[in-house]
Amino acid sequence: MTTATLHGNTQRGTTPPIITPVTRPISRRSTWGRRILIGLVVSYVTILIAAPLIRLVISAFSKGVQPIFTALSEPSVLSAFWLTLLISVITVLVHTGFGTLTAWVIVRHRFPGRSILNGLIDMPFAVSPVVVGYMLLLVFGRGGLLAPLLDALQIKIVFALPGMILATIFVTLPFMVRELIPVLEAFGVQQEQAAATLGASGWQTFWYITLPAIRWGFIYGITLTFARALGEFGAVLVVGGGVQGSTETATLYIYRALDERQYIGAYSAALVLGLFSLILIMGTDFLRRRGKL
Amino acid sequence: MTSLALPKPEQTIAQPRKPWGAWGVRGLAFTYLGVLLIIPLLVILQDGLQSGLGELWHQVTLPIAWSALGLTLWTAAVMTLINGIMGTLTAYVLVRYTFTGQAVLNAIVDLPLAIPTLVTGVMLVVLYGPQQALGGWLKNELGWKVIFAPPGIILALLFITFPFVVRAVEPVLLGLDRSQEDAAASLGAGDWTIFRRITLPPLLLPLASGALLSFARAIGEFGAIVIVAGNIPMQTQTAAVYVLGEVESSNRLGASAISIVMLVIALSLILFVDWLQNRNRKEHA
Repeated sequence: MTTATLHGNTQRGTTPPIITPVTRPISRRSTWGRRILIGLVVSYVTILIAAPLIRLVISAFSKGVQPIFTALSEPSVLSAFWLTLLISVITVLVHTGFGTLTAWVIVRHRFPGRSILNGLIDMPFAVSPVVVGYMLLLVFGRGGLLAPLLDALQIKIVFALPGMILATIFVTLPFMVRELIPVLEAFGVQQEQAAATLGASGWQTFWYITLPAIRWGFIYGITLTFARALGEFGAVLVVGGGVQGSTETATLYIYRALDERQYIGAYSAALVLGLFSLILIMGTDFLRRRGKL
Repeated sequence: MTSLALPKPEQTIAQPRKPWGAWGVRGLAFTYLGVLLIIPLLVILQDGLQSGLGELWHQVTLPIAWSALGLTLWTAAVMTLINGIMGTLTAYVLVRYTFTGQAVLNAIVDLPLAIPTLVTGVMLVVLYGPQQALGGWLKNELGWKVIFAPPGIILALLFITFPFVVRAVEPVLLGLDRSQEDAAASLGAGDWTIFRRITLPPLLLPLASGALLSFARAIGEFGAIVIVAGNIPMQTQTAAVYVLGEVESSNRLGASAISIVMLVIALSLILFVDWLQNRNRKEHA
């Protein structure tokens, strides 16, 4: 950020210094190159991202607002959205606890196996959601590793809520930890040490000193985890089966609606889901810039 | 790694007074990751390898599986190439130029991170699908089939991975000392020469990290592709969609074999990127 502001100042040159610094040759010399590059990037982003987004909005509203409400207020659609919300909230709660703990351990502790732990965090990022679901089937499903134990305890994980929660937890694992590690590193330990020398316990130090300092990493971690959990599809499809009314989440509903050619329902549900994630992430960003939190 | 006289700051601090407390916290972190990550991974390896490597190889080289893997790899490679070029260009334009709409462009770059990939698929089908205005025009007038064809897959992958290269290159570009570029310009170097000889070299590492990450991400992508590609075996069926089919038809061997191949590719890429970044950090330290 410091370098950014530095460059910004020299470029704009609000206060003319005594010795004129190097005027940027690039901006002066090649206005056409500049225009072409900006035009190229703007058209790329328009074709790739903006146009499909706008088209989805138009398609959802193509028959007016009323059909959207009718489609979305169907009991099966509502229950799908509730299920998505429930899974996402539980996932966020789990990562808030264990993710923070893991980030803390990786940054503040030195022990053998630390770099392995650190490398493992990124793994879910690269594993296909379908494979995630399939792995959970192999562990918890019929004939799976833990099947005898689960049968004996009469716990149903696969094709039920617990499996879908586990799948979502797996897929969203990196977000909280990856957001917290850099802010914890940047915060350093001096204030924590000061608190400790004044007699604060480990928990007090964390609660009163560390947590307030890293709150933005924390909030971003929660936001990203939540948004990713809302949109999870492949893993919950494989592990949950997508049974209408019981294991159908919002994304699974969209998939089924497309299949059954209920286009208005599919488009409007997709729009609601997309907008929700968008507002979540952009809203956090906005609040931070305004310094409201 | 020479030993320094002064201890590293981290080593001096925050050693909790009770050592068992420290090990308790570490143990919890390890259990969390172990239960979630290690056990499923080992189970799938065991499942795929229990009939031997020969059988695994046989499952992978079945024509449908082989073509699904091939399609996944080549579409991901094309995406990585385009994303590498356009991502670097976007970062350059965002950092070096000031123009109206820059803030909007900057916000749009992060959009793919927020939008569920299934929704991405729906958006692309609504715009480029054969029954839609633009998609129909492209197909009838130009003969371009986008949806239910490889170009749709590449578009979906480009959409999803767009932020990776931009956000990897951007901070490094911001931190570059521009006096070298000025020196080159004053010595008469052209824009392209300056970019290629001065600006680009320090960007190569973040560019490679971002591009490889987007490749790894593309190997496993499912939500957007299943909507856009149409699941035609030997033509538009990617590896992830193939695995889903094998799981649904209870062909455990096939599902495990292709899953392992995808896992090995993706994990080695992630580890390689991790190694690249660590090496870079040490060089700069």
